[in-house]
Amino acid sequence: MKSIQELEAIRKKTLESINLRKDTEGTRIVVGMATCGIAAGARPVLTAFMDEAAKRNLQHVVVAQTGCIGVCRLEPIVEVYQPGKEKVTYVKVTPDMVGKIVTEHIVNGNPVTGYTIGYYEAHSK
Amino acid sequence: MEFYRSQVLCCTGTGCTSSGSNAIVRAFEYEIEQAGIDKEIKVVPTGCFGLCETGPVVIIYPEGSFYSRIKVEDVPRIVSEHLVKGRIVRDLLYSESLDEKENILSLNEVEFYKKQKRVALRNCGVIDPENIDEYIAFDGYKALAKVLTEMTPEAVVECVKQSGLRGRGGGGFPTGLKWSLAQKPVSDIKYVCCNADEGDPGAFMDRSVLEGDPHCVLEAMMIAGYAIGAQQGYIYVRAEYPIAVKRLRIAIGQAKEMGLLGDDIFGTGFNFDIDIRLGSGAFVCGEETALLASIEGERGEPRPRPPFPAVKGLFGKPTLLNNVETYANICQIILNGAEWFAGMGTEKSKGTKVFALGGKINNTGLVEIPMGTTLREVIYDIGGGIPDNKGFKAAQTGGPSGGCIPVEHLDIPIDYDNLISIGSMMGSGGMIVMDEDNCMVDIAKFFLDFTVDESCGKCPPCRIGTRRMYEMLEKITEGRGEPGDLEKLEQLGKNIKASALCGLGQTAPNPVLSTIRYFRDEYEAHINEKRCPAGVCKALLSYSIDPEKCIGCSLCSRVCPAGAISGEIKKTFAIDQSKCIKCGACMEKCKFKAISVG
Repeated sequence: MKSIQELEAIRKKTLESINLRKDTEGTRIVVGMATCGIAAGARPVLTAFMDEAAKRNLQHVVVAQTGCIGVCRLEPIVEVYQPGKEKVTYVKVTPDMVGKIVTEHIVNGNPVTGYTIGYYEAHSK
Repeated sequence: MEFYRSQVLCCTGTGCTSSGSNAIVRAFEYEIEQAGIDKEIKVVPTGCFGLCETGPVVIIYPEGSFYSRIKVEDVPRIVSEHLVKGRIVRDLLYSESLDEKENILSLNEVEFYKKQKRVALRNCGVIDPENIDEYIAFDGYKALAKVLTEMTPEAVVECVKQSGLRGRGGGGFPTGLKWSLAQKPVSDIKYVCCNADEGDPGAFMDRSVLEGDPHCVLEAMMIAGYAIGAQQGYIYVRAEYPIAVKRLRIAIGQAKEMGLLGDDIFGTGFNFDIDIRLGSGAFVCGEETALLASIEGERGEPRPRPPFPAVKGLFGKPTLLNNVETYANICQIILNGAEWFAGMGTEKSKGTKVFALGGKINNTGLVEIPMGTTLREVIYDIGGGIPDNKGFKAAQTGGPSGGCIPVEHLDIPIDYDNLISIGSMMGSGGMIVMDEDNCMVDIAKFFLDFTVDESCGKCPPCRIGTRRMYEMLEKITEGRGEPGDLEKLEQLGKNIKASALCGLGQTAPNPVLSTIRYFRDEYEAHINEKRCPAGVCKALLSYSIDPEKCIGCSLCSRVCPAGAISGEIKKTFAIDQSKCIKCGACMEKCKFKAISVG
């Protein structure tokens, strides 16, 4: 090894995959993956989030899954947890909505109101 | 770098490997592929998590779910439930990781880990030891970079000195002083050696460090090389540690490939190389002069000091020799500063110490605690107490060189000097817990048997003296002890300590002397009353039938293999002591608890 920069490059590159094992204070994107979620198409949503996170090389973001969130009729459901902020719940998520959620919410910190459960419930009646 | 949403960490240390973790790793890889999620989930084989009792151990992140005692049959369920559907399989979780309300606790909240502070073991169970990238991601080789580019050799030695680190192999010699002694001599060639000849029965922290985090030892040896002016390192590791040897070889290979070992490291002109030498399992080769002789290809025998290895060591050149666990602390000291390290522990013993918990304890495994933690905390809080709620009798620390700590010293803060003051020693960190069913004379005999076996035979006090002591203990446990034996044992023990050539002989009498010190009454019962209070020494046991409880069913006489029990049906039976072979079969069979042993 000829330089410390080389070492630092390896460290940064590997850190992303390791971050998962640290108790990070980062963002958690949780996809409901019970039978109801999977049947409604949660898997492509999950992989879309992973692709997006990898593409943008997002630090401190965890994509996880959970069981049934309870409102099966609104699946696929995605919840975003950020430290110090209220949980945001997106409903009827499709893979093409993922890019917008990541850009506006995860990166820029502005939840996509139009996709949230509150907006959906208020406008679907 | 691919993005994985979940990682399955499987312990592949020796403990979990022996309970089948390799098959678990393969099962996970297979099931994950079958489920079509192999692009999302990564299986990572790691080093020891420390909780060997509950192995094979698997931790799944990001949830941090701690699965214990996993069987291959459990894997499909974990994959389909946890990894595919995101439902943690609660019944397979480590039972302590659920609180009273069945909430899942994070790893750091579990009793076993709560009081621990992992410095030497910080990467064990966290990184893949066969992947140098992961080590680098956790600040690996950063300390080396800092040392080579920002520090003078003198500053490095000063930093180690200020940290207060003491040798973790047993002696507790100040590491910084050792480094400065090796730095002083002017010589074209010097050597840095690592003592990985872990020989104490029951100690396995060095093995776990090598298996779980081999690069941290390599990096520390390079730092030592820079500090004292050496270009060549040797790791002396016992051949009985095949996994450790394999991972060390892989680590050295990867470091060489990356140019972290070899010439002109980081373009600073510093050259260093490391080779492995395998020991063949002689306990005495853990002694520094014997170890160096063995590396040279000579017979592993100690020689008198001085000259100390720092002046005249390997191949006659100045040599620095440290233990694995000592090296495992170095990089952290360099990165976090001497004050950080000196901030942990007690006045004269800084930092943390790894202990291998074994014997009569619930959580058998590896724990790392700040110096100054009490024995009670280690045994009852971290260790989970003694099985079957039996009473604590003593803890043996320091293996065959150490002594036992009785119940009255349970609250003593553990550090080098306190342990010596109560007749034991830190040693390499084996800690064997004994309960009321252990006979202390028998324990002393066990350890002495080990040292008699392992004595290299060079000096008579050790070769002949320990054998004479062993014979006396044998006599006592067989009921042939005489008044005056204890005094003879004590006298002989003191003489051996004063006259043996190396550390092995000088400490060999310790288990006997310390058990006599704290459990003299047990020895006296053996000698004067021909009785073993714990019911262990066979020759001293006698079985008897209580006439009050015996109903004369004849079950005992029918099961007795020696025909030693006779009597009439419905009347009290009796045991013929001259025929009894003390197998205990009668006691086991008796439904009325009429047979007792004493």
